[in-house]
Amino acid sequence: MIDFQPVIVAFACSYCAYTAADMAGVQGFAYPEGVKIVQVPCSGKVDSLHILRALQKGADGVMVAGCLEGDCHFRNGNRRAAQRVRYVQALLEDVGIGGQRVLMANMSAGQGAVFAATASHFWETIRALGQNPAKLAASRAAA
Amino acid sequence: MITAVRKPMAEILGYAAQFDNILLLGCNECVTVCYAGGRKEVGILASALSLAFLKEGKKLAITEHTLERQCDPEFVEELAQTIEQYDAIFSMACGCGVQTLAGRYKDKPVFPMVNTQFMGASERQGVWAERCAGCGDCVLAYTGGICPVARCSKRIFNGPCGGSTKGKCEIDPGVDCAWQLIWDRLKALGRTDLYSQIMPAKDWRTAKDGGPRRIVREDLLS
Ligand code: SF4
Repeated sequence: MIDFQPVIVAFACSYCAYTAADMAGVQGFAYPEGVKIVQVPCSGKVDSLHILRALQKGADGVMVAGCLEGDCHFRNGNRRAAQRVRYVQALLEDVGIGGQRVLMANMSAGQGAVFAATASHFWETIRALGQNPAKLAASRAAA
Repeated sequence: MITAVRKPMAEILGYAAQFDNILLLGCNECVTVCYAGGRKEVGILASALSLAFLKEGKKLAITEHTLERQCDPEFVEELAQTIEQYDAIFSMACGCGVQTLAGRYKDKPVFPMVNTQFMGASERQGVWAERCAGCGDCVLAYTGGICPVARCSKRIFNGPCGGSTKGKCEIDPGVDCAWQLIWDRLKALGRTDLYSQIMPAKDWRTAKDGGPRRIVREDLLS
């Protein structure tokens, strides 16, 4: 589907990735508008349930972006976020959706270019994977 | 608490395949504390199930609900008014909850969503370990507060056995020898005299070997 424009929900930690996304804008590094940012106080705030609900409600991919390893403002929130992302990836494999639809990313507040590149690359990956099968089924049912 | 882990998705999907409309029912007690079947796990399983069905082009109506306690008739009664609308109940409680539901709603299929494990305690975040086997005649007063029934692989009462090495049990170097723990604790308490006393053979009739058990409290009967 060539005109498929994925919707990505990006949970971004306010101490790093959220600021990095802001920096990307200031510094002129573009990323697709389908990347929708949800600011969270720490990537460790993101629960498995948030990731799954985003997908259930039609997001094509979910990105959780926290601070660089060892740099979490709350000590180990980013490590815990990564553990939850792995848990959700395994669960998505088990139900046939595929774990690649969820990504954990790490970056510092100054890395606007890294945010833009990571978000763009993930967006392209999801684009190649195709629409969230759940959304596809729902839209077929509506048609 | 009673500990549990979610069943494999393949098994759950197999149960779900025959229905269109289910009640996914959590329990606010033990399975909430061990992250197996509380309100959050109900949400996670509902999302995963619904994604799996949509992917197949099918639709499963899932109502999410969590009872205060599934092992108590007064809370299970809550469902009486609404139960008719569902094809089946998918219970995230331990086996006690599943059976309370099955006993009350006799014509409604009930499926367990978790594998109930053991009576245990939390060792740290994300880790639970067996601590009590419910033998019906507690000996913790004599064993330094460490249970030889639940924590010794051979359930021996005058240990350790010859398999105890450097404080570990012969079944697995990751498992502490219960009798080493008992000895260390009795020493710390200054009660090694308890260790020297030979424990008599245990009467297992108070445990499961006496058949299904029940407690009747005359003072509480209605
Ligand atoms: S090594 Fe210790 S815990 Fe293991 S069976 Fe022997 S006495 Fe029990």
